[in-house]
Amino acid sequence: MSQSLLSIRGLTKAYPGVVANDDVSFEIGKGEVHALLGENGAGKSTLVKMIYGLVKPDAGEMVLDGRSYVPAEPSMARQLGVAMVFQHFSLFDALNVAENIALGMENPPRPRDLAGRIREVSELYGLPLDPFRTVGDLSAGERQRVEIVRCLLQDPKLLIMDEPTSVLTPQEVEILFRTLMKLRDEGTAILYISHKLEEIRALCDGATILRLGKKVGTCVPKETTARAMAEMMVGSELHTPSREAKAPGAVRLALKGLSVKSPGEFGTSLKGISLEVRAGEVLGLAGVAGNGQDELLGALSGEILSAPAMVEFDGTPVGGMGPMARRRLGLLTGPEERLGHAAAPDMSLTENALLTGAERRGLMSNGFLKWGKARSFAEEVIARFDVRTPGPEVAARALSGGNLQKFVIGREVMQNPQVLVVNQPTWGVDAAAAATIRQAILDLAAGGTAVIVISQDLDELMEISDRFAALNEGRLSDIRPAQGLTVDEIGLMMGGSHGMEVAHV
Amino acid sequence: MLKLEKRRQPSQVWAYLAPVVAVVATMVAGGLLFAFLGKDPLLAIRTIFWDPLFGEFAFYYRPQMLVKGAPLVLIAIGLSLGFRAGIWNIGAEGQYIMGAIAGAGVALAFYPLEAWWLFPLMVICGALGGCLWAMIPAALRVIFGTNEILVSLMLVYVAEQFLASVSLGLLKNPEGYGFPGSRNLQQYPSAHNAELIAGSGMHWGVVAALIAVIMAYILLNRHLLGFQIRLTGEAPRAARFAGVKPKQLVLLCMGLAGALAGMAGLFEVAGPSGRISIDFNAGYGFTAIIVAFLGRLHPVGILLAGLLMALTYIGGEIAQSSMGLSSSAIQVFQGMLLFFLLMVDVLTNYRLKLAKAETA
Repeated sequence: MSQSLLSIRGLTKAYPGVVANDDVSFEIGKGEVHALLGENGAGKSTLVKMIYGLVKPDAGEMVLDGRSYVPAEPSMARQLGVAMVFQHFSLFDALNVAENIALGMENPPRPRDLAGRIREVSELYGLPLDPFRTVGDLSAGERQRVEIVRCLLQDPKLLIMDEPTSVLTPQEVEILFRTLMKLRDEGTAILYISHKLEEIRALCDGATILRLGKKVGTCVPKETTARAMAEMMVGSELHTPSREAKAPGAVRLALKGLSVKSPGEFGTSLKGISLEVRAGEVLGLAGVAGNGQDELLGALSGEILSAPAMVEFDGTPVGGMGPMARRRLGLLTGPEERLGHAAAPDMSLTENALLTGAERRGLMSNGFLKWGKARSFAEEVIARFDVRTPGPEVAARALSGGNLQKFVIGREVMQNPQVLVVNQPTWGVDAAAAATIRQAILDLAAGGTAVIVISQDLDELMEISDRFAALNEGRLSDIRPAQGLTVDEIGLMMGGSHGMEVAHV
Repeated sequence: MLKLEKRRQPSQVWAYLAPVVAVVATMVAGGLLFAFLGKDPLLAIRTIFWDPLFGEFAFYYRPQMLVKGAPLVLIAIGLSLGFRAGIWNIGAEGQYIMGAIAGAGVALAFYPLEAWWLFPLMVICGALGGCLWAMIPAALRVIFGTNEILVSLMLVYVAEQFLASVSLGLLKNPEGYGFPGSRNLQQYPSAHNAELIAGSGMHWGVVAALIAVIMAYILLNRHLLGFQIRLTGEAPRAARFAGVKPKQLVLLCMGLAGALAGMAGLFEVAGPSGRISIDFNAGYGFTAIIVAFLGRLHPVGILLAGLLMALTYIGGEIAQSSMGLSSSAIQVFQGMLLFFLLMVDVLTNYRLKLAKAETA
């Protein structure tokens, strides 16, 4: 960390109504793993997009390797040695690994030469990869390898990684970390963006913390506690959800060998899932993205129908019922995707409150809608969950991710559900809002609701679950009491390293 | 350099202003077009927009506005429901023809029987005819996933051929001296869709159009079904999550649009037109698409847009006869209206911004 590689001085970028980055400065040294920390909306993405040439700063300058650095577009950034692995992969499922990599290159070499280069680089960094496999068949961890190898082929000086571990099992994270450390030892600098503070403590040499677009501090992660870092991000003390232990009641929801085909071509079909949730209990379901979470939520919400007896609610078969009928019974769900699935982006919050609340909150009679009541229901949700919005007539898409998430979860919570199933309830939500949502879920359970939380955030699941299981390729692992589970055990339940080889370093 | 920037919220102001701006832009561009054709642009615009309402012969043209506007509004209301839900029925012209044939066919089958129930029966059959014709693309989409845009459009040409066939054969007037076309329903009292008040242009089709406007307004704003229609158009996945059954919605929206178009056809054939003939259809089914969008798919907007389109039709005819403007020029003029509307529409969701000189 002796020499500075990239120096960022006073970068500022404003969007209409919001300053995404306000006079941000920091340095990344050669061979340093530098963490960029901050809640959602703190401006991390805008900052790295400016470094990668996707967004032009309004003010400020960057210096790379002693020379002024003004990337006009990503291809120029790549030429100058800046590479980026995005949180969402940009790969074509139907093409093979080599074809996907060639697509991202300026002057791709002949396929056979490229395959050789891919093998070479992937072996060197302990990321075994078959250039001729179809990407659609790869696990999330392997897809990420494709993205990383694509970057490494350019011999980068700086590698930017945006939330790389959100799609990995603990074992896969370990493999990734070994690769990153080898890169660091060879002098490559890494800019690492993550929410996961323990990871940052294990990996990073320095950290810059952003809040509301401004740099609020720096720290050496290895010498700082996770809690201290979290409080720097939030700017206030963190509230940890709490609950009282309670004996679970009767079985409310039972899945009996639930098997359904995924409606999407590259989706994951559910294979023989059996589970029971009792009143007052929280069942946590972990799993790497794309292992059947969406399909399970769909099968429970009624968007995907199954044989009636496969889903039982209070002993009644409901597998063949649609979403409305299930809601009437008290089986409520909250999907992962807020915009477009849980809420209609261009409709007002009042209309979105009506979207699932019409029946249980008595917002209509004989099919005729009661707008006054719908509006007050929306206002209730806004008040109780502290949704920051000028009012219920605002369009859903105008809300920030965290606020909209509070609204759509609150909408279900306030309908007095018998069974609540949520997928990624705090995905992309800031720490304070996440704590509110988790507390609401725990309060519901304390009131006798049976809750299933599907999440990729293991810390979250360990915090709120009574029992724990993992989805892996559409199958469910054994269900075990959450208390006393080790990270290794959880990792194995999630499918271990999915057959990925450990880095040969 | 001008740049488009997405608004956080759709602009309410522009949603209302867009049609007005579009009409003004059409007048300007249309005026230029007429000037290039060697006509006085101001006179042409005046002839099209002013004379039918306030000119010397306005007493004759004003009722015509209702006669021309009613089918446009009736059809456009039906189409707008589907358009809101992302169901693109552009074959209303065919449904209009089939409704007319079905309704007139019933009347001709009972000729010369006089009975009070004949006209209501014709209306029902007209609606059914249009509805069933629309069910073909709807069912094909639901069962086989075909594209309803293509199928509904192609069926227009099938309907036109069918119209020609019955005009020359099945429904041909036996006392018509061999001329193509059916008996004139205007001369068949029980079947005649006469003016309700003489000289007003007000016939049952106008009443039906007004009822359709009111019902559509209530449906979209007060009823769960209307909410589901809007939700499906805005966010299909959220609609499924809410419990909308997409296939049923396709059948319903297409069926309703077809029924309304069929009714429009029946009111036309039993009233202003009087008989089934080869050239019975006058393009109302296609113009109604413009009317639906010009009216922002909003029932009240459609009512106003329908009257405006009727005005350009009548004004266009006057301009053709009095100024010698070609009918194609008038059609271009009407097309411009939709063109400008779609263009100005962008401003509802985007704002124009002067971009600073790029530093790159």
